[in-house]
Amino acid sequence: MKQLTWRSASLPKRCLMLAGLVFAALVLLFAATVTIELIAFRAINTPASPLKSLKNEEKNQLVVRGEYLAKLGNCAACHSVRGGEAFAGGKAIHTPFGAVYASNITPDPVHGIGSWSEAAFYRAMKQGVNAQGRLLTPAFPYTNYTHISRADSDALYAYLQHGVQAVAQPSKAHELGFPFNTQLALAVWRVLFFSADDKSDAPDLIAGSADSMPAKGQKGLKNEIERGRYIVNGLGHCSACHAQRNALGAASSDGLFAGALMPMQDWYAPSLHAKEEAGVQHWPREQIISFLKNGATHHASALGPMAEVVAKSTQYWRDEDLNATAAYLQSLPLHAAPSQPASKVAPQLINQGAAIYAKHCATCHGADGQGLQDSDALAPQGMVRIPALAGNRAVSLSSSANLVRIILAGGYAPATAGNPRPYGMPPFVHVLTDEDIAAVATYIRASWGNQAHAVSASEVVAQRRGVLQ
Amino acid sequence: MQACTTCHGAGVTATIGRTANEVYFPRIAGKPAQYLYNQLLNFRDGRRHYGLMVGLVEHQSDAALMEMAQYFAQLQLPYPEPQAPPAGTTSAVMQRGQQLALRGDAAKGIAACASCHGTALLGLEPAIPGLLGLPRDYMAGQVGAWQTGMRKAQSPDCMAQIARRLSADDVNAVVTWLAAQPVPTNAKASSMSASLPMPCGGMK
Repeated sequence: MKQLTWRSASLPKRCLMLAGLVFAALVLLFAATVTIELIAFRAINTPASPLKSLKNEEKNQLVVRGEYLAKLGNCAACHSVRGGEAFAGGKAIHTPFGAVYASNITPDPVHGIGSWSEAAFYRAMKQGVNAQGRLLTPAFPYTNYTHISRADSDALYAYLQHGVQAVAQPSKAHELGFPFNTQLALAVWRVLFFSADDKSDAPDLIAGSADSMPAKGQKGLKNEIERGRYIVNGLGHCSACHAQRNALGAASSDGLFAGALMPMQDWYAPSLHAKEEAGVQHWPREQIISFLKNGATHHASALGPMAEVVAKSTQYWRDEDLNATAAYLQSLPLHAAPSQPASKVAPQLINQGAAIYAKHCATCHGADGQGLQDSDALAPQGMVRIPALAGNRAVSLSSSANLVRIILAGGYAPATAGNPRPYGMPPFVHVLTDEDIAAVATYIRASWGNQAHAVSASEVVAQRRGVLQ
Repeated sequence: MQACTTCHGAGVTATIGRTANEVYFPRIAGKPAQYLYNQLLNFRDGRRHYGLMVGLVEHQSDAALMEMAQYFAQLQLPYPEPQAPPAGTTSAVMQRGQQLALRGDAAKGIAACASCHGTALLGLEPAIPGLLGLPRDYMAGQVGAWQTGMRKAQSPDCMAQIARRLSADDVNAVVTWLAAQPVPTNAKASSMSASLPMPCGGMK
């Protein structure tokens, strides 16, 4: 048999051989990069920083700033269980790859991060690596936290070490399927989807005084937008819910706020780019701020996972941070929401929906879906009492998940200082059948100018299971 | 309060509670305000676990929950007829039930229901609910939930301690007897005067 050599090969064969070589080189390069990622991080064994060098007042200020940053980043939402000790971990974050349990980040030296140094903590935020040098799962949103400034990281560290009660509660091991439970898988994921933000000299935008940020004028607005970007993309980790993700759970950089069904939850986090969804480019700025601070505006309120975000985080944000966030959200480019193919809805389905609406919904939401806009003695001015359904973009989203979920399980907007006594939507899971709910949701989505596609009973079946769990 | 009544009922259904899809939603009308408030806190703060309730009250403030509790506490609605014991219930069972309810079982360290829930078993203001007019299955379910830790009260959780001292036969006896007692007209919780036989959380 004649040996195939470069000289003897025809042109197509030469091309093939070249392609093979390039491919082999790429595989080797990838393997090498993954290997480097696997072995790059050593344990940081320097002892925890005692803040001794600081005077008492400075120490307190740092801890107070860190406490605010922990609220801003909503750390407690994942790192605490309902009714459990703050920051002691244990909450399951359900992902398509299995359950990830948030760890204990109290200053307990054995089970928490009490033995970590400032540098180790900063590396965890920046690089997603723990003090022992092990790669953390991206359920911990280090892809966002990588944008944090050293000053903010140190303040957060000071709070977690000196402002939080140590709790001797072991962290739970993740329940991830193979191969997602391996360091190798995490290394591959990182090579494919993560690069640390190495602008380590980022200005200490949040920890620093807000006085340095003039809000007026073109330059002021630019600063404000930058500050907003830092909050939203960094500690605020808004893209954790609002991003579109690929099959390996990575957010694409151009789809950070494009809207998506939240993994393993029956909620759709709407797009912040689309005015048909949750884009706020056309809102008056004070409405955006009211939504984040009070959980409601005069025409919208926060429910579901966003209610949690308002309740535990954004209601505590300082005005300058809310302003900056609003400025940034308004600077996001507008994209059209996916168009909804007009579906033919059987008239009897609409009639069935209309009858259910008249019986169960119209008392509050009005015969024409106009809601209740007047204020009453108990509710503050300027907050929605009972939302209008006519023209309400939350009921007309391309995904019907939120509407169906709210009809099934009901819900309240969060109680906040600005909206202390929100009205509640009753759950209908024990009142209406799947067919009833599909009919009434279809009716709402096709009435009073709303033009969204029909909802099928099978969509309700799946959601009902989640609600009754 | 509309958000509450689709499950807990309004009008007639509010007097007996409501059953749908094999889930029983207890009557809340006329229960002591502090008791209802404590239950709302328990759902919010991880001591009770029914998902629908948790989801509703999760982000509500103490003040908003207290307002809901007070609204339902002041509703005065008639109570349902007593529930006849299941066929085959012996008089020994009923006697044991009556004993546990009114006198307790000192040998097993079980305080009488009446020693906390009032001599008339109609509850004690401000925080202890009455035990009459409740369905037998509901009470059995609650005692069972306390035994397994699925239902908790604020610490010290005296009801959990009592529940764990009851045998399965004891539970059956006491809930059967309680469910069979008529509720007097104008039933009202009396106010707490004597001290409780054991320390209980959430009483203030």
